[in-house]
Amino acid sequence: MNGVAKIEMKGVTKRFGPKIVLDGIDLTVHRADSLVIIGGSGSGKSVTIKCVLGILRPDAGSIKVDGDEVTRLNGAKRDAYLRKFGMLFQGGALFDSLPVWENVAFGLIQGRGVSRAHAHDIAVEKLAKVGLGAEVANLSPAELSGGMQKRVGLARAIAADPEIIFFDEPTTGLDPIMADVINDLIASTVRDLGVTAVSITHDMASARKISNRIAMLYKGKIIWDGATEDIDHSGNPHVDQFIRGSAEGPIKMEVRR
Amino acid sequence: MNVLAHVGRVFLAFLGVTGRLAIFTGDALSHCLRPPIYWLLILKQILRIGYFSLPVVGLTAFFTGAVLCLQIYVGGNRYGAESFVPQIVVLGITRELGPVIAGLMVAGRVAAAIAAEIGTMRVTEQIDALTTLSTNPVKYLVTPRLIAAVVSMPILVAIADSIGVFGGYIVAVNSLNFNGAVYLKNTANFVTQGDVTSGLVKAAVFGFIIALMGCYNGFNSKGGAQGVGAATTNAVVSASILILGANYILTSVFFTK
Repeated sequence: MNGVAKIEMKGVTKRFGPKIVLDGIDLTVHRADSLVIIGGSGSGKSVTIKCVLGILRPDAGSIKVDGDEVTRLNGAKRDAYLRKFGMLFQGGALFDSLPVWENVAFGLIQGRGVSRAHAHDIAVEKLAKVGLGAEVANLSPAELSGGMQKRVGLARAIAADPEIIFFDEPTTGLDPIMADVINDLIASTVRDLGVTAVSITHDMASARKISNRIAMLYKGKIIWDGATEDIDHSGNPHVDQFIRGSAEGPIKMEVRR
Repeated sequence: MNVLAHVGRVFLAFLGVTGRLAIFTGDALSHCLRPPIYWLLILKQILRIGYFSLPVVGLTAFFTGAVLCLQIYVGGNRYGAESFVPQIVVLGITRELGPVIAGLMVAGRVAAAIAAEIGTMRVTEQIDALTTLSTNPVKYLVTPRLIAAVVSMPILVAIADSIGVFGGYIVAVNSLNFNGAVYLKNTANFVTQGDVTSGLVKAAVFGFIIALMGCYNGFNSKGGAQGVGAATTNAVVSASILILGANYILTSVFFTK
């Protein structure tokens, strides 16, 4: 663990108008952990990640990365801070105006000033790591299937050798086989690169496969946090209901009948 | 009471938008001076905003000049003032119609395209992706478009002025039996540098308005396809109204002393 936690969130609060989305999140992620945050739709999983990345600014609370407070970073300091991160977005969020290789190399060319020729070689190498051939490099993102877009997104997330990678719903919208391929890719990437990973998902099969720790977010709070192998006997009725995927239990969906 | 509350809400919303727009504009302008400057993106946008608007702006300028010539001839006829046609055509085109018609056409073409493109990038998280790749989205998306529009519009309007005068000339010589050489000589002798430059300054201001409205509305679009549609409409409508309003202010600054 090397003493300092990689990411440490304390009392992070975020509201949109009258709606409280995060109600005091306390969460610590250690170096080389692979943490999965589970929780229902709209429970604030994405907002949590966006607060760490500084895309959203929390209303209160502290977020420390490598021991440094990051909630008030601006300008060049923020750009430098963001170089620690890679992120795989839910819909891929590939730039459709650029070919695949420039998408993968974007952070290298724009963020780090790597030459285009060199960045192209790195992009092809990263694409190979996610199982895509060099022939894909010059296609436009719109020509790829959903699974391939996710893989390109993964290649882009790891392109600049980040220390921390976020995965936002990596398997949503994929068929079960492609979902498993992506899970394997994520698990091996995290293992081989020795990075710290934080994923959000509501796919329990995916969560079990890619994580060593799981935290459950419910109504803006972390209600359970523990090792992945303990999830089946957490003793928490909310967690039990979620992993069983049952409509019966303490979590009530707001469905009008 | 209810009426007052409603008026208050509208007024507060107006102040909110004005403030946000001012901050957005200041942010975008500050990036014009801070390196890195994306020259290639600026060139690409000049091509898209300026060069590809040439056909539509040229055609509208031609017909505007032609119809202006016809109307002035018919109207002047009542007072026996037909001989002033070339002077009034060139004055009307360079001072008002050239910049305004070009501004409105480019607003329809370009503000819509910018808002739709940036709005789609917003709702598909591509703008968040830029941030996570250590690239400031305002610097990467907004600043190049602003610079390109401010540079392109005066050039477009200079061309539109020439084509507009030419449209008047064609009608005058072919259907109104003017002598071509005399028409051109009267035009050239009458028009002053101030007439043309005032129009070009207006064009630069209109270019700024067009790019700003496209980018601002795109950046702040919410939701999905519907949100992008609304952003596109707002961009065109607000750009057009601001162009006409700014035109009045600029005219009164330039010509009433």
